[in-house]
Amino acid sequence: MILRVENIEKKFFDPIEFKVLNGISFDVQQGEFVTLVGKSGCGKSTLLYILSTMDTEYSGRLTIDGEDVTGYDQNRLAAIRNEKIGFVFQFHYLLTDFTCLKNIMIPALRLGKLTEEEIEYRAMEKLRMLGMEDQALKPASKLSGGQQQRVAIARALINDPLIIMGDEPTGNLDSKNTQVVFDILQELAHEKKQTIIAVTHDNDFAKASDRTIEMVDGRIL
Amino acid sequence: MNINRNIAWTYFVASKKMTIVAILGVVIGISIFMFMNSMAAGFDRTSGESFFKTTPHIRVYKDDKISQPLKEESLSKTLIVNPKVVPSINTIDNPMDWVKLIRKQKEVVVVFPQVSCPVFYNNGKSQITGTTIGFDPVEADKMFRISTFTVQGSIADLSTHQDGIIIGSGIAEKMNLLTGDKINMTSSKGINLTLTVVGIFKTNNSKEDKTKSYVNLATGQQFLKENNAYVTDINVNIDNPDRAPEIAKELTNLTGYKAEDWIAANETYMAASRIRKIVIMFISFTLLIVSSFGIYNILNMTVSQKINDIAILKAMGFNGGDVIRIFVYQALTIGAIGVMLGVLLALILVQALQHVYIGGDIGYFPIRFEPWVFLRGIFIGLLITFLAGFVPAKKAAKVDPVSIFRK
Repeated sequence: MILRVENIEKKFFDPIEFKVLNGISFDVQQGEFVTLVGKSGCGKSTLLYILSTMDTEYSGRLTIDGEDVTGYDQNRLAAIRNEKIGFVFQFHYLLTDFTCLKNIMIPALRLGKLTEEEIEYRAMEKLRMLGMEDQALKPASKLSGGQQQRVAIARALINDPLIIMGDEPTGNLDSKNTQVVFDILQELAHEKKQTIIAVTHDNDFAKASDRTIEMVDGRIL
Repeated sequence: MNINRNIAWTYFVASKKMTIVAILGVVIGISIFMFMNSMAAGFDRTSGESFFKTTPHIRVYKDDKISQPLKEESLSKTLIVNPKVVPSINTIDNPMDWVKLIRKQKEVVVVFPQVSCPVFYNNGKSQITGTTIGFDPVEADKMFRISTFTVQGSIADLSTHQDGIIIGSGIAEKMNLLTGDKINMTSSKGINLTLTVVGIFKTNNSKEDKTKSYVNLATGQQFLKENNAYVTDINVNIDNPDRAPEIAKELTNLTGYKAEDWIAANETYMAASRIRKIVIMFISFTLLIVSSFGIYNILNMTVSQKINDIAILKAMGFNGGDVIRIFVYQALTIGAIGVMLGVLLALILVQALQHVYIGGDIGYFPIRFEPWVFLRGIFIGLLITFLAGFVPAKKAAKVDPVSIFRK
């Protein structure tokens, strides 16, 4: 088991007090491809941000890779994110002042376990896997939406994280690119035993995953 | 390169125009700071140098005493007193013993006794009033460096000519004298002597040049109608003139005579110099602070523009400290380049002003490269840029990535 969620609750206080998550509990196994679905406002993005360790204002327990991370300070959580978690955001979110290659390299440079040459080699490998190697030295701002999304995936993979989290990872892609991204994620889960947790609106995408967790009004159905 | 520095450098290059403006601010602030402070240091040095041409660091002399009533006043008795300066000769008793004792003190470099006597330089019917100083020329030259401003003859000739005299250039001009000529003088005690001019000095301080002359100690004592143990002052020079007040106090305790340091002797001038220092300090610091606003501004703008980037970096595992480092590196890069160019500009300004002729007893503008001023400028410049960068960096470190991604 790679991730365990126990009785997680979260309230929003602005504009009025509102319980957005209500007693969420589930386990995710290593190598599982899990999708979180539900109508907008049901709390699935909020849950994902809690799982990602970026949001720490909740009650309940979160265990990642056998480590209870609830109550860890920000620096420790940052180190866990750096090493164990990869992100793919809805609006691709690349650093626009850097080239694609540099964007992919940054999390690995932060981790500092490999030399810059090794990191560059690995980053090129990831780009090749996603069919983007000819765009490597272009500034991130010059790419199309679909290309940016693939660079963002490559960046999420650079540190070989245990868990890859996606907030609508195919949200802005056409059906062909959606299929490409889906295949990559599935391959990572099944062959490299990396765990995928993705929030999605796309029913076909959800159906094709290993497990779908459906949420309604802050609860799991 | 470290990744934080790498990111900082990318942001630095990406916003060229703003960066250049911020750097220019630092360059101007730093260079004017260094320039003005070099100028202040230069003024201090030249005024010190011109003081020490005629003033010792410490002067030991017998102070006038006021008469005291013989009986104490009490409630039953009322005294009518008329305090007056007690008539006594101004000599220091056993001067050579005191000179020996003072010479043994720590930090003391030069000590010699002198007499000073008001005199008239007789020029036909007209007389020029002035003062003549009697001392041992070898010791006196060590203290006042008279040889550096003698324009004719030399101070060494005074040692070999017992009836020699060195006169100010003003007197020489008025009386049309050259070395080798005779000069007739009358002292306040009515002694009339004819001496041989062996040297002419020019301090560029016209009051000194028009009134002062130097003779041998014995000649001075002769003018005062006194014996060879009569000495009015003991002049003392020390290692560091700034320590004069403390050492003067020690000498007062040691000898029982009044020891006056040059700072106390020139109170008015020192007050004016302090005011000048404060004004220069105030202006130069204001400039530095204004230029630090430039850095603060650009960093603040970068943080607002890059708030998305900060959220992504935090999501990828950069912690608050990393974010602070990124923006502080950026500020310090601006600061370092600004300081470097500022030092260059300050050097050019100092160099240029060195060649400006002022005239009077100053001559060329009294400014030169002051290593300490420059070091202090570099240090303060980097400190201010660090602080100006740290405040916005701290703000950046507090960015909550979730709130950014939710928008």
